Amino acid sequence: MISSIADQLSQLLPQVPYEILFVTVVLIPGTLLFLLMSVNALIAVYMERKVSAFMQDRIGPMEVGIFGFKGGKKFWGGIGQTLADAIKLLTKEDTIPKDADSKLMILAPFIIFTAAFLTFIGVPFSEGIVVSDFNIGLVYILAMSSVGVIGIILAGWSSNNKWSLYGAMRSAAQVISYEIPIGLTALLVIMIAGSLNLQDIVSWQANNRWIIIHSPFTFVAFFIFYISLLAETNRAPFDMPEAESELVAGWMTEYSGFRWALFFLSEYASMLIVSFIASIMFLGGWLSPVHFITSTIDSLSFGYLNTKQYITFFDGTLWGVFWMFAKASLLIFVMMWVRWTFPRLRVDQLMDLCWKYLIPFSMANLIFVSIWELIF
Amino acid sequence: MRKTTEDKRFLKTEEMVLNMGPQHPSTHGVLRLKIWTDGEIVNHIEPHLGYLHRCFEKHCESLTYEQIIPFTDRCDYLASMHMNHGYVLAVEKLLDIELPERTEYVRVIISELQRIASHLMAIGTFSLDVGGITPFTWTFRDRERILDLFETLCGARLLYNYIWIGGLSHDLPKRFLEKTTEFLDYFETQIPEYNQILTGNKIFVERTADVGIITKEVALNYGVSGPNLRASGIDWDLRKNEPYSIYDKFDFDVPLGKGTMGSIGDSWDRYYVRMLEMTESIKILRQAIGSIPSGDVNAARPKKVRPKEGEVYSRYETARGDLGIYILSKGKNMPHRLKMRSPCFCNLSVLNEISADWMISDVITILGSLDIVLGEIDR
Amino acid sequence: MNFSEIADHLNQKLADKFVIKDGLDVLFVQPENLLEVMSFLNSDKSTSFDTLLCITAYDDKILGSAYNLFSLEEKHYIEVRVEVDRDNPIIPTVESIWKAANWHEREAYDLFGIKYEGHSDLRRILLPNDWEGYPLRKDFVTPEFYNGMPVPKDKTDWE
Repeated sequence: MISSIADQLSQLLPQVPYEILFVTVVLIPGTLLFLLMSVNALIAVYMERKVSAFMQDRIGPMEVGIFGFKGGKKFWGGIGQTLADAIKLLTKEDTIPKDADSKLMILAPFIIFTAAFLTFIGVPFSEGIVVSDFNIGLVYILAMSSVGVIGIILAGWSSNNKWSLYGAMRSAAQVISYEIPIGLTALLVIMIAGSLNLQDIVSWQANNRWIIIHSPFTFVAFFIFYISLLAETNRAPFDMPEAESELVAGWMTEYSGFRWALFFLSEYASMLIVSFIASIMFLGGWLSPVHFITSTIDSLSFGYLNTKQYITFFDGTLWGVFWMFAKASLLIFVMMWVRWTFPRLRVDQLMDLCWKYLIPFSMANLIFVSIWELIF
Repeated sequence: MRKTTEDKRFLKTEEMVLNMGPQHPSTHGVLRLKIWTDGEIVNHIEPHLGYLHRCFEKHCESLTYEQIIPFTDRCDYLASMHMNHGYVLAVEKLLDIELPERTEYVRVIISELQRIASHLMAIGTFSLDVGGITPFTWTFRDRERILDLFETLCGARLLYNYIWIGGLSHDLPKRFLEKTTEFLDYFETQIPEYNQILTGNKIFVERTADVGIITKEVALNYGVSGPNLRASGIDWDLRKNEPYSIYDKFDFDVPLGKGTMGSIGDSWDRYYVRMLEMTESIKILRQAIGSIPSGDVNAARPKKVRPKEGEVYSRYETARGDLGIYILSKGKNMPHRLKMRSPCFCNLSVLNEISADWMISDVITILGSLDIVLGEIDR
Repeated sequence: MNFSEIADHLNQKLADKFVIKDGLDVLFVQPENLLEVMSFLNSDKSTSFDTLLCITAYDDKILGSAYNLFSLEEKHYIEVRVEVDRDNPIIPTVESIWKAANWHEREAYDLFGIKYEGHSDLRRILLPNDWEGYPLRKDFVTPEFYNGMPVPKDKTDWE
C-alpha cells in the first residue's frame, strides 16, 4: 500500500525525487501510529484510574482540567490528569544506579517500545485500512509481540537489583509459556478461516459467522485465548513480574521519568494490540453487531435464509473503524475489571495453569474443532 | 509449593541472600528480613528488628504512672485503646480499685470497636499483600467510620490516651451510642461483601490455603497468641477463659480455625478467624450498648497513683494477641521496672520456623497473615 | 493449683533447689539449678507449664531475670526469678525447653547485659549491633558520642 501511494504521489509531483516521497509516505503512518499509541495510553490510563476508583468506592482523579475544560463534579473532573502526568514524567530526573549496566538499561525501554510499535504495522483497522498488508499477518503479529520479552529481561538484569531480576525472570518464564496456548488457539482460527491474513479472517467471518459462535469449542477457545493474553501482557491476575506489594515495581523498579513512561506506554499499547487481535480473530473485527445477529440467524438456518445481505446497518469502512475500537475498548475494560477484582497468582500456580490446564485444553480443542470442520 | 528432594549431584546451585529491607511495601512497618533463598525457595529467614525502638521501657522509669498512658498508645498504634486498657488494668491490680459499672461498660464498648477497626486493617493489608487491591479500600472505608466515632469521643483518630487509671478521661458524648448502633447496622451488611470478594475467591484460597501452617506444638512452644493461636485450633481467649473487666457478662463464641480450605493453622484460617471475630465483636457491642448503666465514670479515680510495693503480671487480649504487662513497683509514683510483653514479638519469632521451604511470595503471605505491628515489637 | 500448692509439690521432688522469700509469690532459683527446675516444671504432669509467657530482666541492685510461666492445661501461673551479681551475670538458657525464650533472652542480653549460657544466637536485637553499654541498667550513663554523632545534653529546644 505504501509503495502504491508513493507511486501516485511521484506522478503528481515529478520534481521531487522518488526516495524523498517514499520516506515521507512512510513517515506519515509512523507518526499516526505513534499518535495512536500516545492517545491510547492517555485514554487507557485515565479509564483505568476511573474504573478502578469506582470499583473501590472512591472517585479517582477529579482536579486537573484540560485546556480550560474543568469537567463536572460528578465524573469527568480529572480529564487532564494523564496529560499532566505525562508532562511531569518528561521533566523528571533520569536516574541510573551506579553499578547498573547503563547501556543495557537505556536500551531496554526502546526494545519494548519498538516491539509494540512494529506490531501495529500489521493490524488492520478496517477493510483496507492497514499499514502493511502481510499475507502472514497473524504469525507476524504474534512474533513481534514476543520480542518484548527481551526488553523485559534486559531491564531486570541491567538494574543490578535482585528484586528486578526476580521480576524479569518471572516475566520471561510467564510470557514464553503463555505463547503456546495463544499459538494453538490461533491455529484453530486459521484452520477455520483458511488463511493467515487478518483481512481474510474477517472476510471469512463476514461471509459465514463470527468465529466465537462457530462451535462450542471456539467459544471455549476464546476464553483460553483471553486468559493467555492477560498473561502475555503481564496484567493481573498474572502480574507477578510487576507485583507491587512484593517487588516494589518488579523489573521496572530502577526506572524513572521518561524511560518509565515508555514502559507504561508500551504496556497499554500491547493491551490495545492484543484486544484488536482478539476481536479480529474471534469477534468479527470491524463487523457490526447487527451483522452478528444476521449471520447467526443465517447459520442457524443452514443457509436457507440470507438476512445478512439485506439487513446491513452500521456497515462500511468508517463504521468498521468505530466497531474495532468499540470491541477493543470492551475487552480492555474487562481486563481492568479482572485486574481489580482478583488477587494475583503465585508464580508456580501461574505456570501450573498454563502447562497443566490451558495447553492440554487448547490441544484438545484443536482436535475437536478439526472434527467439527470435517463434519460440518 | 514445597521443595521436594533435590538431586544436587549434577547442578551446582548457590544460595542467594536477599534483603527485604526496612523499606518495603509489604513488611508492615520497618522490619528487615534477611532471606537465604535457593532460587525462589526460602531456606532461612533472619528478621532484624529495632528500627522503631524508642526506649519505651527505660523512659517509663522516669514517668509517673499516669504519664505513661500516652506512651502505651504509641506501642501498638493500630489498637491503641487495647494498649491503654491493658496497662491500666495492670496498675489497677496493684492499686486494688473497684471500678464503677459504667466505666467498665464504656471500656468494653471501646475495646470491641477498636478490635473491629484493627481486624479491618489487618484484613485489608493482607489482601493488598496477596494482590487484591479492592478489598483494601473497602475495609479502610469502614475503618474510617470507626475512627470518626473515636474522633467524636476523644478528639483523636489514632492515638487516644482515653482510658485512664481508675476511669476514663471523660464520659461518652451525646448520641455516641446511637451512632455506634447505626455503624453496626451498616457494618453487618458489609461483611457478606467481604466474604464474596475474598473468602471464597479461588485465587485467594490458592494463595493462602496450606501456606505457613502453625501446628499446635509450634504455637505453644513459641508463645504465639491471639487469632494466630486460635487459628491453629487451640481454644484460648483471655476474654472467655480468664475474664477481666466485665467480659463474663457477655455471651459470645470464640472462633477457631477448622482447616476448612486447607489444613488447620494455615494462613487462610488466620484470616478467617479474624473475619469471624469481627462478627463476635458486633455481638458483644450490641449487648453492651443494650445494658449500659448510667453513672459517673470517674468516681473511682485516685487522686494519687502510688501503688503498694510488689509486682504484678497482668494479661490482656488485644487484637493481636496476649499483651503482658509486668510492673515492679517500689512504692513510689514511678515504676521501678515496666516490661511490656508484646504479642507480636512472639508471633514474629515463629516466622523462620514456618516459612522454610516456601517461596518468596509465600513469605509475604505468611507475614501478612501474622498481622504484626512494628511499634509493638520494638517498643 | 495456687502458688503454695505448686511450691509444696516442688518441695517433694526438688527440695533445696529453690527459695521462697516471704511476702512474694515467687520461686527464687540459683543459676546452676535453673535448668533442672524449669524442665521439671515443664514436663511434670501436675504442673505442666507448657508456655513461657515472658522473660523480664530487672536491675534491683543485683541483676535478675524473671520468668513468667503459664500452663494451658492446668490454667495456673508461676513466677521464677534468678538473681546474679552485676560483674559476671551468667544464667543458663531455657531455650531448649521453650523456643519462645530465644528472642526474650536476646532482649534481656541487649538491654541488661545478662549472658545466657548455651543460647544459640546471643546478639543484640533491638539496639544497633555496634551499641556500647546496656541501657536499662540503673547505672547506665548516656554516651557522649555514637559513631561520631554527638548526643545532645541540652534538650530545651527540642519541643
